[in-house]
Amino acid sequence: MKQFLVVWCLGAIACLAHGGEAQPMAQDPQVEARLVVIAEELRCLVCQNESLASSHAELAEDLRREVRKLIRDNKTDAEIKTYLVDRYGDFVLYKPPLKPLTWPLWFGPFLLLGLAVYGLWRYLRLRKQGTSPRLDAQERAQAEQLLKD
Amino acid sequence: MIPELGQFALVLSAVIALLLGTVPLMGTLRHQVVWQSLARPAALLQFVLVAFAFACLASSFLSNDFSVKYVAEHSNTLLPKPYQFAAVWGGHEGSLLLWMLMLSGWTAAVAIFSASLPLAMVARVLSVLGLVSVGFLMFILTTSNPFDRLFPMPADGRDLNPLLQDPGLVIHPPMLYMGYVGMSVAFAFAIAALLSGRLDAAWARWSRPWTVIAWAFLTFGIGLGSWWAYYELGWGGWWFWDPVENASLMPWLVGTALIHSLMVTEKRGSFKAWTVLLAIAAFSLSLLGTFLVRSGVLTSVHAFAADPSRGIFILVFLAVVVGASLTLFAWRAPAVTLGGSMGLVSRESFLLLNSVLLVVATGAVLLGTLYPLIIDALNLGKLSVGPPYFNLVFAPLMVPLLFVLVPGTVAHWREARMSEVFWRLRFVGAGAVLLALVLPFALGSWSAGTMLGIFLGMWVALGSLQHVVERLRKPGRIGGSFWGMHMAHFGMSVLVLGITGVKSYEVERDVRMALGDTVTIAPYTFRLAGVEDVMGPNYKALQAKVEVLKNDQVIEVLRPQKRRYFSTAMPMTEAAIDSGLLRDLYVSLGDPVAGDTPSWSMRVYYKPFVPWLWAGVLIMVFGGVLAALDRRYRRNTNQQSVRTAGEALSGAA
Amino acid sequence: MKKFLLPLVLFAALVVFLGVGLMRDPHEIPSPLVGKPAPDFSLPTLSGDKPFSPADMLGQVWVFNVWATWCVACREEHPLLVQFSKNHKVPIVGLSYKEIQAGDQATGALSEEAKLLLARQRSQKFLQKAGDPYKLSVLDLDGRVGIDYGVYGVPETYIIDKQGIIRYKRVGPVTPEVLIDTILPLIQQLDTPV
Repeated sequence: MKQFLVVWCLGAIACLAHGGEAQPMAQDPQVEARLVVIAEELRCLVCQNESLASSHAELAEDLRREVRKLIRDNKTDAEIKTYLVDRYGDFVLYKPPLKPLTWPLWFGPFLLLGLAVYGLWRYLRLRKQGTSPRLDAQERAQAEQLLKD
Repeated sequence: MIPELGQFALVLSAVIALLLGTVPLMGTLRHQVVWQSLARPAALLQFVLVAFAFACLASSFLSNDFSVKYVAEHSNTLLPKPYQFAAVWGGHEGSLLLWMLMLSGWTAAVAIFSASLPLAMVARVLSVLGLVSVGFLMFILTTSNPFDRLFPMPADGRDLNPLLQDPGLVIHPPMLYMGYVGMSVAFAFAIAALLSGRLDAAWARWSRPWTVIAWAFLTFGIGLGSWWAYYELGWGGWWFWDPVENASLMPWLVGTALIHSLMVTEKRGSFKAWTVLLAIAAFSLSLLGTFLVRSGVLTSVHAFAADPSRGIFILVFLAVVVGASLTLFAWRAPAVTLGGSMGLVSRESFLLLNSVLLVVATGAVLLGTLYPLIIDALNLGKLSVGPPYFNLVFAPLMVPLLFVLVPGTVAHWREARMSEVFWRLRFVGAGAVLLALVLPFALGSWSAGTMLGIFLGMWVALGSLQHVVERLRKPGRIGGSFWGMHMAHFGMSVLVLGITGVKSYEVERDVRMALGDTVTIAPYTFRLAGVEDVMGPNYKALQAKVEVLKNDQVIEVLRPQKRRYFSTAMPMTEAAIDSGLLRDLYVSLGDPVAGDTPSWSMRVYYKPFVPWLWAGVLIMVFGGVLAALDRRYRRNTNQQSVRTAGEALSGAA
Repeated sequence: MKKFLLPLVLFAALVVFLGVGLMRDPHEIPSPLVGKPAPDFSLPTLSGDKPFSPADMLGQVWVFNVWATWCVACREEHPLLVQFSKNHKVPIVGLSYKEIQAGDQATGALSEEAKLLLARQRSQKFLQKAGDPYKLSVLDLDGRVGIDYGVYGVPETYIIDKQGIIRYKRVGPVTPEVLIDTILPLIQQLDTPV
């Protein structure tokens, strides 16, 4: 009997001492994964320098909760973003939507690159002619003689 | 008494700066050598006065003089001494004084280390710096005086923002400002050259070491800021494309273009107007950055408390300085001679491509940063431009830049052949491609972006390596310039590989842990061994003890904290990091979780190759320093001294 | 010569934009809901009798004010609202927004009914002491109605017209200037029979 009790106690202690595999904070990791991807492209409206994914503000928690609900309702990324833009405006999107208002923003850099490379090519073609005349062997010898003096 | 002395010193230095900004410059116009020779002593005196003022402010902090408003707002009796000192630049007014200290320091340095330059040139350069100083000193004295008094004097200060109570604050702003302000030297040289009408290879040679040193400081400062954000903010991010971060990146990009452009002007006398424009742009971007951070036009986590009157002053100052410079440029630049010819494929053309790509990248960052403001100013609404935009636009611009870097160092001056260049690089190319194909499989997963990043990083690294090996085989002394260049390029490749690695392979686990629970990110296991309360000098914290196991052996114990500072009751997360050569293990303690057993939310990160980011930056900085200290800049030949004396006698400019 | 002037011209344009930008507030977000129908909801009121929804207010111009007892800025505007309610017929409906805060450890374990009761108690106590400008106040405990209205900071105030369309949104406390310059004229304009 005593032996049984000892084993039982040891067994109980062993069970208590062993920690489990930590559970993810999120209820549903799949939903959470989608949430993170979407929320990283959204702006927290309270602390306006953080993304919705990383902000600890209460409104951010609320909005994340809303987005989770929308994800579970099988809404697409676009629908979720529209939901938020309807309420908070384009400001909430970290990735500016592509529309006429943002064409200069999205196409500007590449346009600039194109123009610059073209300008560069034109300039190099111009400079290829060169401003310094090439010397032939005799003229070179003359020049060196002059420099020595 | 001491604050008043400090203020008086600032007023005096403003007067000296005004003299420095006008008399020597007029001396060059009127060929008065005596007026010109006033420049050096004035520069040194200005530095002494500003340094004294700075010392007065520091002394007020260290002696807990809360009758000074700025001290009361940013310090506290319980604040540890090193932070009491660093708190001098913890707020707007003091950070401006730090800026001014740096500016007067650089001015004095130019005064001291310019013995081989003609006096008239020195006079112009120091005058320009003096004029800029006048602007800053007037700004400080009229809108941002750190010595304002506070009556009645509070018993204790408000304390330094807990986010700033960190070694990062002690070093990041000074290094960053050294870089920002250092760009003013290249700027002053450019303006001086435009004023004198003499833009030649000699001017480029003088400007270059100053620019490289400033660039090295700026690189270091930006890297420090990134590292600090990484370990301080608690979620392992290191770059957010925040407006203030962008404000520091833009001068860096243009500064890099400037260094490479100066190289061409020095060697072949070409690109003079372009180089001058870059020099003006680099410092203008520094000033623009100052404006963006302090005026309140943009939302940023870094922004100082905004005040419209300050914004207006800086904007006017910016408009005057840059406007005058660009006007001078438009007037004088057309007369500048063209310099040597160059082929369509040549080292010059590669370097010009470098300039173009960097300037376009700067333009993209500027556009993204300012676009919300422009749209708002036009009453077209409010939108945000964040990391998704910058990542999508910036990365594609960096790809060609990194690619042409290697042929650029190999191509001959004046005339080169593409086929020959790439034949020379055949092993480098093959090696890079091979590694790009093989390594992702060794590291776990494959993606096009990962391959591209590895290819570019290896392309640059192997290219530098090959070049060094080839050069070592040849006889002759190798100068600091050569080592510096390859070191800097190599540092860049390490940075690129680090970014590719961490973005491709990092793992984050957001879990709840009770005592004894574990979370595994192969091959590491993290176990929560304990949670206890600890006391700090001015805070109370909840500290977790997390054991890190590999192969069932405890290799490290991490202690993340959640702190509550007495002064602000603002909770702060202090992440715990185990840094290795190839990876960081990063643990962040969250809030307690409601439930039967006490548990806490924890974030555990496995960040491979993140240490390479900081290593890459350090290598680049080291490369810059090596390049700047090349002996040929410090050569002081007899011929030059004779010429200086001759010029002094005749008073010619 | 002309191409060398380009940097100066571009810079001048930049300065103009920055100058205008100085006069703007980058934090303020204009509401996309202005001009759209007020989002529908049905929430319990402070007094406890039947729930309220915006449709109940059709046919009159009304003010919708978002507040909470923990909100410091709300206290700034509260006396002004009280006075306004005494001097004008326009009804003010209050939205008690997240009265029980999520981060509050003490109340975290309470049931939903208990939270509602506590919120009612707190709000009523506050209104008794500070004055009650509201025709009625609804309780938005979890903030979902707030999200529908694009609330991101408290206090916020909306003006809704007779057809139930949101005509104006004010973020931050109502100041005397805003009241006199914007809110009152708009209400008058909306109130005049068509």
